[in-house]
Amino acid sequence: MAQAFSARALLFTKLAALAIAGLLVAGAVTAYEHFDGPYRVGDAPPQPIAFSHKHHVGDDGIDCRFCHASVETSSFAGIPATQVCMTCHSQLFTDAPMLEPLRQSAARDEPLHWTRVHRLPDFAYFDHSIHVRKGVACIECHGRVDRMPLMRREAPLTMQWCLDCHRDPTPHLRDPSRVFDMTPSAAVRVATGVPHEALASRRRLTDCSTCHR
Amino acid sequence: MSPTPITRRDFLKLAGAATALATGACTAPPDEIVPYVRPRAIADGIAQFYATAMTMQGRALGVLVQSDMGRPTKVEGNPAHPSSLGATDVFAQASILELWDPARSRTLRHRGTPATREALVAEWRSALAGLEARGGEGLRILTGYVGSATLRAQLDGLARTYPAMQRHEWEPLHRDNSLEGARLAFGRRVDCAYRFDAADVVVAVDADPLGEGPGWVRHARDFASRRAPQSMSRLYAVESFPSITGDMADHRVALAPAALERWLAALDAALRGEASTPLPLVEAAAHDLLAHRGRSLVVAGEGLPPAAHALVHRINARLGAPGATVSYLPAVSDVACAESVAALSRDMRAGRVQALLILGGNPAYDAPADVEFGAALARVPLSVHVSLYEDETSAACAWHVPRAHYLEEWSDATAHEGTVSIVQPLVAPLHGGVSIHEAVAMLGDDAASPRDGVMRALHLEGAAWHTALRDGVVASTAPAPLALTVRDVAFDPADVADGWTVVFRPDAAVHGGEFAPNAWLQELPRPESKLVWDNAAYVSATSAARLGAKSGDLVEVARGARRVVAPLWILPGHADDAVSLPLGYGRERAGPVGSHIGFDAYPLRDGGFAWSAPCSVRKAGGAHALVTTQLHTRMEGREPAKHMTLAEALSAHSAAHAERPVESLYPDWPYDSYRWAMAIDLNACIGCNACTIACQSENNIPTVGKEEAGRGRSMHWIRVDRYDDGPTPLHQPVPCMQCEDAPCEAVCPVGATVHDSEGINVQIYNRCVGTRFCSNNCPYKVRRFNFFHYSAGLGERPVEGSNPQVTTRMRGVMEKCNYCLQRITRARLQADKEGRRIAEGEVVTACQAACPTRAISFGDLSDPASAVAQVKRSPRGYTLLEELNTRPRTTYLARVSNPNPQAANE
Repeated sequence: MAQAFSARALLFTKLAALAIAGLLVAGAVTAYEHFDGPYRVGDAPPQPIAFSHKHHVGDDGIDCRFCHASVETSSFAGIPATQVCMTCHSQLFTDAPMLEPLRQSAARDEPLHWTRVHRLPDFAYFDHSIHVRKGVACIECHGRVDRMPLMRREAPLTMQWCLDCHRDPTPHLRDPSRVFDMTPSAAVRVATGVPHEALASRRRLTDCSTCHR
Repeated sequence: MSPTPITRRDFLKLAGAATALATGACTAPPDEIVPYVRPRAIADGIAQFYATAMTMQGRALGVLVQSDMGRPTKVEGNPAHPSSLGATDVFAQASILELWDPARSRTLRHRGTPATREALVAEWRSALAGLEARGGEGLRILTGYVGSATLRAQLDGLARTYPAMQRHEWEPLHRDNSLEGARLAFGRRVDCAYRFDAADVVVAVDADPLGEGPGWVRHARDFASRRAPQSMSRLYAVESFPSITGDMADHRVALAPAALERWLAALDAALRGEASTPLPLVEAAAHDLLAHRGRSLVVAGEGLPPAAHALVHRINARLGAPGATVSYLPAVSDVACAESVAALSRDMRAGRVQALLILGGNPAYDAPADVEFGAALARVPLSVHVSLYEDETSAACAWHVPRAHYLEEWSDATAHEGTVSIVQPLVAPLHGGVSIHEAVAMLGDDAASPRDGVMRALHLEGAAWHTALRDGVVASTAPAPLALTVRDVAFDPADVADGWTVVFRPDAAVHGGEFAPNAWLQELPRPESKLVWDNAAYVSATSAARLGAKSGDLVEVARGARRVVAPLWILPGHADDAVSLPLGYGRERAGPVGSHIGFDAYPLRDGGFAWSAPCSVRKAGGAHALVTTQLHTRMEGREPAKHMTLAEALSAHSAAHAERPVESLYPDWPYDSYRWAMAIDLNACIGCNACTIACQSENNIPTVGKEEAGRGRSMHWIRVDRYDDGPTPLHQPVPCMQCEDAPCEAVCPVGATVHDSEGINVQIYNRCVGTRFCSNNCPYKVRRFNFFHYSAGLGERPVEGSNPQVTTRMRGVMEKCNYCLQRITRARLQADKEGRRIAEGEVVTACQAACPTRAISFGDLSDPASAVAQVKRSPRGYTLLEELNTRPRTTYLARVSNPNPQAANE
């Protein structure tokens, strides 16, 4: 019996099936990339100045709030103005080629353009100040920045990840006076004891309206 | 040559590259963070408020403007400002959109082509050099009413340099009649400041002090403060057009303009104890006024002739009103606008004007028709127009200069009762505009900075300046009330002629036409008709029947050779034999939003007949599709808006509304913290729509355009319903009811509308898939669906001007009122950080903040002492569609009226 389809037609069918499968995969990859932002967890995107948290936090011991000044008062922790960098760098490493963009920024009165590492969708409203006040340490979300030569994202920043903590915050809390400490929370809690949650309502933590509006 | 066949290898290479490109292109681009160069004292992410003032017709409303990271996003009232007391009106709310409007002028032009500022200054100076020899004869300056001391000082300075220069004033919604009336009565032009909080009895004759004109926001507040049943005032309104004041009246009579004058004359006769023509309400009103001497007031509207205003001043003097319920202050202007603009036009045509500077305004569109201002402009060799938009006047002038918005300029302003406030910029001019002061300085030779000019004009410096700047008012600058002696002026009311009278009205949303480019205002349902995106010729049902026309039919309104074709709209409560035409429409050059919509009533209006005139009306044939957001204004016995008389209100017991246990199939929600709730007092609500626009501004609500609005797709989260079949017209704001047993929650298949732990029925946009089941199941019809990507539509705010605390919704998403969740969150975070509960009054919703009459209470129901809990215990309280047992958190207080028993038979 003769074959119902020619070899050519079969080849086309197989190629078409392959193409569809390929498109599906490409679509999935695209969607993943799109929703996950340009960088994955652990990626350190290039920056105009290879700013090292390891050097400034780990080696020099500068407090987080020296640069991220509004972290205790505002939703936004704050990125330091050029002149904040120049507090030290008008005296230190004044010739370092690496700091050329900083000096240009100060001289020309033009801001630096940093690449954002931590990004939340527009419909999620995160507030730094309340987390810090309630005893969520910087390292809970940002990781050991004192060991990062270049800033990278440690946490997936997905809703699931947020909810993991919102459903059971206790293991992630510490004495609010120690939130800027780079010691892991478990160790701090051994030293200072388990802090009181200080929440008006724990139910509130998982209300949609807590983060979305 | 045959095409080269693509080999298998080439194909794979190309396909691979295409996939890689496609994947790369779909990835979100890296976000940037751009910090400042020099640190700021203010942390980003925390809203700041700055006091300034918005001026209309020379009188200012003090406002506080929210600035998010240096961008103005929302206007609130300034509690320290006497015209505001914390409230605002629709124009102030919508001024944020005006600031950000991409259609605003951004180019200085000479006869339509872009030009430089230097070229303008050079031409202006050389023209003036030529005029200098004759003392500046031929130099003219046209302004609106000047409420700014800075501008007065500047113009006086120019007048010293050019003694023969002449100044003109024109306001389309001028106060010529009332100011001339004051001159007749007192020998000088004065403005009136009313004190409705001190008035037991008010008679408004063709006046709308609660809905229009200088100080109306304050008037409405004062009036509402006297409408609590315990100390209730009484308001009589006699008018031709059903205004907000008329809607709030205890007694109202609709009369055509000429009959209004007769009514006023009859009232005067009755007050003097003389026999008068028996007209409805006259005896009762006169009796009431006399019985409350020193606590009563008669208010005359701008449409009445000067002699009628003089008569009202005499009546008020006899009633002991001056000093008690009305005080007089120096007039905003010493110029009669109609004469002034007519003289200018005459001189322009005669070639006596060599250089004309027009500071704001749009006289080519709105000057009296007989003046033919636009045509006369062509005869002026050098004309310069400074304005926000490139409008009709800009097109007729040689030069157009983009003007800075009031949120971009330094200036000063005067409140309705004379208090001085400072206008400060919230942002540098977005489109390089210049303020009026800068324009005058630029063309003169004044090098002082605009801010220094204001400081100098107000004689303020140092700490006093900073205090005034912070407070928004300069302390104790209100002038002492003038003590005036009233003269007798004869008043002969006009003969009641047969036939039609045309009445010109400022539009409730686009005003005199200056707000036509504003999409929020275009789409704002007018208080009287709920029409959007149009104006209409309003008539009574009787008059319409006489014309044989129905709503939407085109009619021709003619005065001699001048005629206007307009769609008819039947308005309950309108006087017979009169047709009201709202001004401000039919503009040719009002940007992509405001041009070529509605009809222009100005061609019928001339200097002698500014507010009403005899006319003829006939059916023109054809129809126009008008869009109204409320198709049915009758309650049909369901009583969504309740009403009671004063006697009923005083005898009602709170038992009527005691929280009785209601049987429900649904289990109760457990609450362990706040329980947010709202109460809306229909007795205070005047239906001014300030809440609707405040909500639109706060919650980034888009407009949808006329066509979509006609399909019932308006997006307003709080609408104001109007019912015409009560004892008086009733206005009812309807936001989301935040039901305890919410019908919407039960039907959402994806859990996008849920109850939160504080009792708010929240809408989660990122979950919503747009089934619209919730909206179908909502008995209050307060849910709004984005059928299209409205937020990217024409006339919308750019993202920089939007509220950063509220998500902008995209197509396919349901949305609705959420009690200003962002404001609750802001207060909750602050309280949480300070380790306390949210205090009473700490959360003020946008609608509540804007409301001139404080009709809206909001707060925590779990605190029995909170204002909202107390209001809800009122015997007037009720629930909308209570029979549905949805147990709403938003409830209402019934309207009360206080009729005069003596007038019951009339």
